[in-house]
Amino acid sequence: MIDIENISKWYGDFRVLTDCTAQVAKGEVVVVCGPSGSGKSTLIKCVNGLEPVQQGRISVDGDDVTAKGANLTALRSRIGMVFQHFELYPHMSVLENLCLAQEKVLKRARAEAVARAEKLLDRVGMADHAAKFPSQLSGGQQQRIAIARSLAMDPIAMLFDEPTSALDPEMIKEVLDVMVELAQEGMTMMVVTHEMGFARKVADRVIFMDNGAIVEDRQTTAFFDNPKSERAQDFLSKILDH
Amino acid sequence: MTDFDFNVIWSSLPFLWQGLQLSLLLTLLSIIGGIVLGTLLALARLSGIAPLAIVAATYVNLIRSVPLILVIFWFYFLVPLALGRPIGGFYSALIAFVLFEAAYYSEIMRAGIQSVKRGQVHAGQSTGLSYWQIQRYVVLPQAFRNMVPILVTQGIILFQDTSLVFVVSLRDFMTASSIVARTEGRLVEMYLFAALVYFVICFSGSMLVRSLKSRMAT
Repeated sequence: MIDIENISKWYGDFRVLTDCTAQVAKGEVVVVCGPSGSGKSTLIKCVNGLEPVQQGRISVDGDDVTAKGANLTALRSRIGMVFQHFELYPHMSVLENLCLAQEKVLKRARAEAVARAEKLLDRVGMADHAAKFPSQLSGGQQQRIAIARSLAMDPIAMLFDEPTSALDPEMIKEVLDVMVELAQEGMTMMVVTHEMGFARKVADRVIFMDNGAIVEDRQTTAFFDNPKSERAQDFLSKILDH
Repeated sequence: MTDFDFNVIWSSLPFLWQGLQLSLLLTLLSIIGGIVLGTLLALARLSGIAPLAIVAATYVNLIRSVPLILVIFWFYFLVPLALGRPIGGFYSALIAFVLFEAAYYSEIMRAGIQSVKRGQVHAGQSTGLSYWQIQRYVVLPQAFRNMVPILVTQGIILFQDTSLVFVVSLRDFMTASSIVARTEGRLVEMYLFAALVYFVICFSGSMLVRSLKSRMAT
């Protein structure tokens, strides 16, 4: 489904990604982890073309994201993305947040968009908040709505860029619960996160990155029980022993 | 000269009101036109398309380097030359104001657009919205909202500047006051009154800006 082949990326002279190769199969959940600055957020933003790459090739469901003249808007409408800072539109109600792209991109009729939005709000436990504005909601609630906003587009895959790192600890669970449910329903997911409990529970594979390179790409249990590289061992000991 | 007669104000009110209506109408239309054109200029400058950005930047810098009164003169004399027929003082003044104010509004809107977080654009992109849809539905409403106090402040300055239209023989509030002052020989009374009217309108505008700012801060 998601095919990343030998991509490299530079910011000026600084190389942020070095020859990264990875695949996410249909229905698979892949967690990307690594120390901050390792390039994991950049990598996931390359998947739907939010960040351009200078070398290599990425394709999603057979469509080349990195090709010159690729129809990125059409492609992005099929891939959901959830951000660290939610990025709900602050000047729109929750309902409008969910309807905007449905109406403008998918050209759904108003009633259809609203019906879909209400169904998804119910699913993430936010049915009573449709008329509210993002500023009236907690971080956890905003993130659940952001997930619903992505799902409203009926995506073929979902990308999560540190979806819980801006949340207060007591709100992390409510967001992870929604993500676990999504994973169990068979959604193809690529998730950048430090939540190792989530990774253990639902991830099929774990990709470990350091210094812009993919250091390990292993089955989840193998990664946690027996990390090969020293850097992954070091990372896991720091993140798990506290 | 020592005894003042403020009755002159009362008796000339209908005449003055006509002048004030012209000032307010010119201000309102210029604000709307200036913001629309200014927003387009700001979008052009931020478009990342070099020729567009250069044209817009040149326009803004050029206009901001000349006095408004000169622009008003230009259009009063140039537009009839270009069209082959006169369009009257009001329309030439309106065109001059819109083109002049657009340069200032574009700088305000540019700052406003840049104040919208990049993540908002990413959110729009990731749902498949096009560049223009993102500007239209996500960025500009937020940019505009962030900049409302400054836009209103610029509107107050614009209102004061409308008094310059006397150079193209338009009878705005200031001109009307001057006419009454001279024909009735009541300079002190009329200019005091004119100052008071300008103060009340502009000060109300400033209070509006202040309340908008405090409302936005919460």
